[in-house]
Amino acid sequence: MAEGKLLAAGRNLQDNLDPTRSFQGLILALQQYWAAQGCVLLQPYDMEVGAGTFHPATTLRALGPKPWNAAYVQPSRRPKDGRYGENPNRLQHYYQFQVILKPSPPDLQDLYLGSLKAIGIDSSLHDIRFVEDDWESPTLGAWGLGWECWCDGMEVSQFTYFQQVAGFECSPVSGELTYGLERLAMYVQGVDNVYALNFNGGEGGKKVTYGEVFLQAEQEYSRHNFEFADTVMLFEQFKMAEAACQKYLADGWQKGERKRHLMALPAYDQCIKASHVFNLLDARGVISVTERQSYILRVRELAKACGAAWLATEAGGA
Amino acid sequence: MPDLLLELFSEEIPARMQARAAADLQKLVTDRLVAAGLVYEGAKAFATPRRLALSVHGVPARQPDLKEERKGPKVGAPEQAIAGFLRAAGLTSIDQAKVQADKKGDFYVAVTEKTGKPAIDVLAEMLPEIVRSFPWPKSMRWGAGRLTWVRPLHSILASFGPETEEPDVVAFSVDGIAAGNQTRGHRFMAPASITVRRFDDYIAKLEAAKVVLDPARRMDMIRADAKNLAFAQGFELVEDEALLAEVAGLVEWPVTLMGSFDPAFLEIPGEVIRATIRTNQKCFVLRDPQTAKLVDKFILVANIEASDGGKAIVAGNERVIRARLSDAKFFYDTDLKTKLEDRLPKFKQIVFHEKLGTQAERIERIVALAKELAPLVKADPKKAARAALLCKTDLLTDVVGEFPELQGLMGKYYAEAQGEDEAVAHACEDHYKPKGPDDLVPGDPVSIVVALADKIDTLVGFWAIDEKPTGSKDPYALRRAALGAIRIVVDNALRLHLLKIAGVNTDLLSFFADRLKVQLREQGARHDLVDAVFALEGQDDLLMIVRRVEALGKFLDTDDGKNLLAGVKRASNILRIEEKKDGKSYSGAPNAKLLADAEEKSLASAVATAKKEASAAVAKEDFASAMTAMAKLRPFVDAFFEKVTVNVDDKALRENRLKLLNEIREATRAVADFSKIER
Repeated sequence: MAEGKLLAAGRNLQDNLDPTRSFQGLILALQQYWAAQGCVLLQPYDMEVGAGTFHPATTLRALGPKPWNAAYVQPSRRPKDGRYGENPNRLQHYYQFQVILKPSPPDLQDLYLGSLKAIGIDSSLHDIRFVEDDWESPTLGAWGLGWECWCDGMEVSQFTYFQQVAGFECSPVSGELTYGLERLAMYVQGVDNVYALNFNGGEGGKKVTYGEVFLQAEQEYSRHNFEFADTVMLFEQFKMAEAACQKYLADGWQKGERKRHLMALPAYDQCIKASHVFNLLDARGVISVTERQSYILRVRELAKACGAAWLATEAGGA
Repeated sequence: MPDLLLELFSEEIPARMQARAAADLQKLVTDRLVAAGLVYEGAKAFATPRRLALSVHGVPARQPDLKEERKGPKVGAPEQAIAGFLRAAGLTSIDQAKVQADKKGDFYVAVTEKTGKPAIDVLAEMLPEIVRSFPWPKSMRWGAGRLTWVRPLHSILASFGPETEEPDVVAFSVDGIAAGNQTRGHRFMAPASITVRRFDDYIAKLEAAKVVLDPARRMDMIRADAKNLAFAQGFELVEDEALLAEVAGLVEWPVTLMGSFDPAFLEIPGEVIRATIRTNQKCFVLRDPQTAKLVDKFILVANIEASDGGKAIVAGNERVIRARLSDAKFFYDTDLKTKLEDRLPKFKQIVFHEKLGTQAERIERIVALAKELAPLVKADPKKAARAALLCKTDLLTDVVGEFPELQGLMGKYYAEAQGEDEAVAHACEDHYKPKGPDDLVPGDPVSIVVALADKIDTLVGFWAIDEKPTGSKDPYALRRAALGAIRIVVDNALRLHLLKIAGVNTDLLSFFADRLKVQLREQGARHDLVDAVFALEGQDDLLMIVRRVEALGKFLDTDDGKNLLAGVKRASNILRIEEKKDGKSYSGAPNAKLLADAEEKSLASAVATAKKEASAAVAKEDFASAMTAMAKLRPFVDAFFEKVTVNVDDKALRENRLKLLNEIREATRAVADFSKIER
């Protein structure tokens, strides 16, 4: 494969972009690999999300009949997972590499294994396994079946065949691959602490670590998420986002007829917003167990309505 | 006769579904073969992560011919009836039917002859239907297709033919997947296509292509290799059949390897280490055979023979286990920083059951009940209350959040760590016991009290909201709770009047009685003896019931017991018949002046003595002596029936004798209701 050669040649020229030596090299290698498979290479969505799946390029594009192949990095925020930078594995902000292929190609497993090869994981040396993992997102009204992909006992990706998103059956089915980039990088770099990851592939004085880039942010955001996030404001923001989402959904129907929707994407942004605000409130511990369920349901209702609107847009196949 | 080989090759099937799927495939195919008149000689199904396979041998080459007769209406029946018959029988004209005669006259009979089809054609019809409707617990679609399978289905191998000839491919296809004679070997070590003829070469070629088809063999291989690896280092494998079965369902070619972790982690409780390594990594742990303590080693099962002999795989697994154990240690250390009682306020927000309030309220109830029960076993009420207060708090710890199966055990460790009394710490763990019929019953007074309080509160609560078990449905495991309470009471010889506990009513008591009956029956006691004891008034003391049943059982094994029972039954029968006849019951003491015969007089005095002695013995809870007192009645009862006639013409004498019979019945009620005893 031409792109394989290119990658190999690139490696010789620039060792600092070797995916086993730098975090950014890993990202570049995955991008290059999936771009070569015909994916649209997108950039991160410019909003706070809990996982790459929330990017409209996955959630919404998984709906409707139109083929869609995309890959992108998505910074993901899970306020509850913050550990003030003290835990070597847990972060409240991390990167996911997300691939979505619709319809899922018959050789998706082989394509996935090819991507591992591209980042330096040799299947004759490592034990790669597909271990049952059913995926469900209560807030997105979505579920699918697939696996956790293990490399020598470590989960390096999630592999899901979407069956339902926003309460709608996915037809055709999308195949979704999610790589936890920090964990994968730790594995290929042979590092036990995420903050010790080599970010740029430089050596000596030129080396920039993951800790230099993100440690302070982890400390600051942990403080914010657990202790100081303004809950009065957040409760208000949740309501505002929910109301805005509902308003844009209601106003988006062309000529007031429920045939063609013109504002599915802006409405969905507000759904994403509500979801993140809920996560923050949850991290602050101000949502009781019984309330928790009702908040999840409220976000799901928004997601479902956005899905319905999307299916009435051109990209949604209407 | 020909054999069938079927293989359904897919992406990775969840380990937990494989065995069931193999059994389902075998049943579905063989049931339909038999239904089609194709009685086979034998069948066996297999599963690996990527394939379900079935071999059926000795299938007849064709179906037998079938001749079917269908009886129709009488000759000359209305046109409508004849038309209906033609439609049902598939005939076009009544001329095609035969005419037969019976007692009622001539009638039509349609005879259809069905020529048996070649078995391979029958298979080609049924196999796609089986694939389409396969009962996976969860199945999915993929790509743009509509077929559902557990994960994407890639190919189907279906060959049929006699041993001596080149078999045929069963010609069918499902959603564009055409059956053929090809499969694939191991995903990484032998991915090329393989052509297969029949089961013999299939299993051999797979083996050569690094696939062990039989899950039982994969399990044996792993078990043997793991034990050898452990033994070679002087350790012992902590065996785990459930994990073994799961691991065997994750590999087609098991390669067993050993790794180690930092011995510093051995500070964490062994159960936490095992849960971490088992649940998260699906690896086995090892122990030192001398001390029975875990060692800093683990066994992993890989799916490939790696080019470096497994070095990189072991190193990778060691790193993951190190990270996992770091997490576990972090959870454990974090948990230790919060006192158990400081976790209590959180229970106010956790609903136990919508009609039964919060966990906090439930804990309050358990505390109160534990205090009440404490004197029963001479437990210190303060310790019992303390243990009841803390016993659920570990549910809110990080370790239990991560590994729910460690509930109770972690409570004990954390209670010990914060300097709780040993009895309180043990109760945190033991109050869940007994968890099943094979589990131990708590024996320490504080544990007993909290265990009982927990179980009784559960039962009383669900009884109050009318959520009782029905049939096979027992979502709150109330049967287990009742049985647990029974075993705690009986095994520890506790005197407890259930009806004196707030909320225990006669309905709940009879639930206990039923459970006790099941329990005693399993131990070999007779259920009718339990009934005979429960039929007495106010029996709510489980221990006394069991003791009575035991004494009664022993007594009835003796000749005295058997004969007395016969006598009592005879007396009861006579009474029943006469009371029914006369429309009145004969109770009350017989008149001593009316006692005529010698046997009658001596029986009356023997009954009075036996009644007195038995009651005195029962009052002292000496049931064996009560039975002995009863036994003394036997010769008098026997002699009475031999010599004395009850139904005499003298009315007053008859009534007096019937009253005497009733006295026998009454006397025996000191120990049990003999009328409930079957033999």
